[in-house]
Amino acid sequence: MSGSAENTYDLIVVGAGPAGLAAAVEAWNKGLKKILIIERAKEAGGILVQCIHNGFGLHYFKEELTGPEYAGRFIEMAKKTGIEIKLDTMVLDVTPDRKVHMINTKDGYQILEGKSIILAMGCRERTRGAIGIPGTRPAGVYTAGTAQRLLNIEGYMPGKRVLILGSGDIGLIMARRLTLEGAKVLACVELLPFSGGLTRNIVQCLHDFDIPLYLSHTITEIKGDRRVTGAVVMKLDEHRKPVPGTEMEFDCDTILLSVGLIPENELTKKAGIKMDMRTKGAIVYEDRETSLPGVFACGNAVHVHDLVDFVTEEGQLAGAGAAAYVQGTENTDSKVIELENGNDVGYTVPQHIRPGKMGDMTGVYFRVRSVHKEPCFISIKSGSTEIARLKRDHMAPGEMERINLTKDQLKNITEKITISIEAGDAK
Amino acid sequence: MQYDVAVIGCGVIGAAAAYSLSKYKLSVTILEAENDVADATTKANSGILHAGYDPEPGSIMADMNIKGVKMAKELCKKLDVPVKWPGSLVVAFSDAEMKTVKQLYDRGIKNGVKNMEILNGSQVHAMEPALSTEIKGALLAKDAGVVYPWEYALALAETAVRNGVELRRNFKVNQITKQGKDGYMLKSESGDFVTAKYVINAAGVYTDFIHNLVAPPAFKILPNRGEYYLMDKTEGNLVTRVIFQCPTEKGKGVLVSPTARGNLIVGPNAVDGKKDYTGVTRSGLDYVEEYAKKSVPSLDLRASIRNFAGVRANNDQNDFIIREAENAKGFIDLAGIKSPGLTSAPAIGERCVELLDKAGLKLEAKKVFIDTRKRIKFTDLSVAEKQELVKKNPLYGRVICRCETITEGEIIDALRAPIPPVSVDGIKRRCGTGMGRCQGGFCGPRVMEILMNEAHISYRDLVMDKTGSYMLEGVTKGQEGDNL
Repeated sequence: MSGSAENTYDLIVVGAGPAGLAAAVEAWNKGLKKILIIERAKEAGGILVQCIHNGFGLHYFKEELTGPEYAGRFIEMAKKTGIEIKLDTMVLDVTPDRKVHMINTKDGYQILEGKSIILAMGCRERTRGAIGIPGTRPAGVYTAGTAQRLLNIEGYMPGKRVLILGSGDIGLIMARRLTLEGAKVLACVELLPFSGGLTRNIVQCLHDFDIPLYLSHTITEIKGDRRVTGAVVMKLDEHRKPVPGTEMEFDCDTILLSVGLIPENELTKKAGIKMDMRTKGAIVYEDRETSLPGVFACGNAVHVHDLVDFVTEEGQLAGAGAAAYVQGTENTDSKVIELENGNDVGYTVPQHIRPGKMGDMTGVYFRVRSVHKEPCFISIKSGSTEIARLKRDHMAPGEMERINLTKDQLKNITEKITISIEAGDAK
Repeated sequence: MQYDVAVIGCGVIGAAAAYSLSKYKLSVTILEAENDVADATTKANSGILHAGYDPEPGSIMADMNIKGVKMAKELCKKLDVPVKWPGSLVVAFSDAEMKTVKQLYDRGIKNGVKNMEILNGSQVHAMEPALSTEIKGALLAKDAGVVYPWEYALALAETAVRNGVELRRNFKVNQITKQGKDGYMLKSESGDFVTAKYVINAAGVYTDFIHNLVAPPAFKILPNRGEYYLMDKTEGNLVTRVIFQCPTEKGKGVLVSPTARGNLIVGPNAVDGKKDYTGVTRSGLDYVEEYAKKSVPSLDLRASIRNFAGVRANNDQNDFIIREAENAKGFIDLAGIKSPGLTSAPAIGERCVELLDKAGLKLEAKKVFIDTRKRIKFTDLSVAEKQELVKKNPLYGRVICRCETITEGEIIDALRAPIPPVSVDGIKRRCGTGMGRCQGGFCGPRVMEILMNEAHISYRDLVMDKTGSYMLEGVTKGQEGDNL
């Protein structure tokens, strides 16, 4: 069943979200012609399809689009090519020899072969079980993304008096969306002393609707036998332990959880690809190639992004990388520079750079671990050499940072590069 | 019509009784209070099939345990119930606990348990490298198993139904009256009633309440809550056997064990509670964490996918209560069936038939008794079998639950089975949808849609689990009045 020309593709992309679409289109533009995208949902576009609010595309298209519009642009681009998309199709396995096991109702179970593969499965939401909220287990506890799907795609209201735990972007967006739809959003409760969401979402989704945000608070008990009937919220001390006497009881019928996103990498792990414990995604090179030659990864499957524009950018890197791999046009210079997270930096993507394979410049994404309200510096060092020092007025874990390294800067670098944050008065 | 037998409660005990009764030419009805089978203690416990060294020799418990664990081997195979037989270790952290281990061994010998061995510390660590280096030794019992308890109960109930037993759901018995010289009338909270010559009281934590409706109080249920962590399948091989600590008066202590479905289960604590409260508490979970890490220090609870709690139906006596009630002819109590109740279930079912026989019920074996059950579990099939299956029915080619790889075909199978689910969690328990790491975040809306379409349920009546656990509040603006 495998090995035949019919079942062999230059590139197989797993996932038709923004990362997968951008990757496939880029690979097409770079000359690959037999490309297949496999998508488990019944429509292409990934999670953007249910993100009907605007604010997408400010960087990439220089205009403000809704999620479906942003996805639509890439779906249109893909349609103008010969890229094949299989919808309502699940990938069950990706093997180290680049076989892709897929299944759907039309073609049945098939084993395809990719000269290159791009993994773009996106991410999933952390759930109640992962954070262990005490109390009963009634109906009415939804992750924010599931509630968004129910509301925006299926057309159902999940509840009318809503408490939101976590101030991730989807939770914030849902606070506004549910309010506009007629529900009462009682509060947004955040465990940390700062929000994990974008500042613009705090302002536009909470402040503008007078929804209180309780920082350093959490839900300590969910109540209700069959359906949620309430929740107890408490303030947390510096060790994140509830402070007795600070109990507030909310009379809600619904609890939304926006408590983090985790890259979806079951296929990646099964394929034996090396993972990064920090990002929960694959370890990648500058062109998003993984530890398995010819297999690339991009988008939220590699690390969780805030902005789709950067997902697109990462998809394009992977698409170009896959094209170069298949066409054999890669530079064979074998120098590899490792990137390391220094002071207050949580991780970097990519984790390795091969100067021989990068263009004139390569971007490095990372997140800081704490909020910096005072100006400070991003220091990029290799051994005792400071390659670059960049000033930032403000940084927060909720806003991904991006820096550029040029080929020139990396020319004489042999040791690993460390990215750290230094206080503003350090220099 | 008057039934020969009415079974109150369709947990694993009621289901096992109904299964045993369905082998005979009898009219049997099961009266279940909830909208699905096994919706209380049976669905929330450790899922262990105990080898039988725990119960006091000579007790009913010891007898039922030993018989039950043997029967489970064959039953699970015939009825296609997920089960594994990894064996168990009772670990000891001190010389005093090594004495307990020795006592358990001796008890096991008296009870007739085979394949036991006392191990020293290095033997234990060679077998289970993740266990604490503080462990001095352990009792190994090779004949202990892990079963998916909910499916065990469903398989028994479903087989009973296929053999002619009737199941009435949402029938919460709250009144029983004696009728003439034999027989009972059982009334439900909502006013329905049935009559039966014989009654089996398998109402779990409510067995005392049910008993007291017809007979003078003879025992009391002391509900005791146990809280758990269920871990991602990534943790499923952290230990390969059921790891117990030495039992105390409070119970068998906190265990760490692989589950029949490949997850890792951690718990329970033991807290006196209410019959119906199955919430978890911070202090309870912290207790479970502390004790579990005593056995397995490297346990990483960040891989938890769910917390839950169940209520043990402890009684105020030291043994299972399996007997005809005083002053109530033909009324059999199956009460206080705490651990090893799950293990004992099929033996209790058989005992129940014996008691009914003694009480005068005429038993005649059926000529045809369906004693096998087979269901399709897509993910367990080989590639060739999967290819064949999808060719036959394309719905097996649509994966609904991506974490557990559950197909639409399997969900439709469940919805057309003898005891179809009526809730999203009913599908979850039968098929596994939403049991994985995303906990239904992705498949939830699709399962809801399939359930509404296939069972012709309106969104207004869609429930997550029990009656009243509604999921949707309404439709979005502009849709009101639409025919959804």
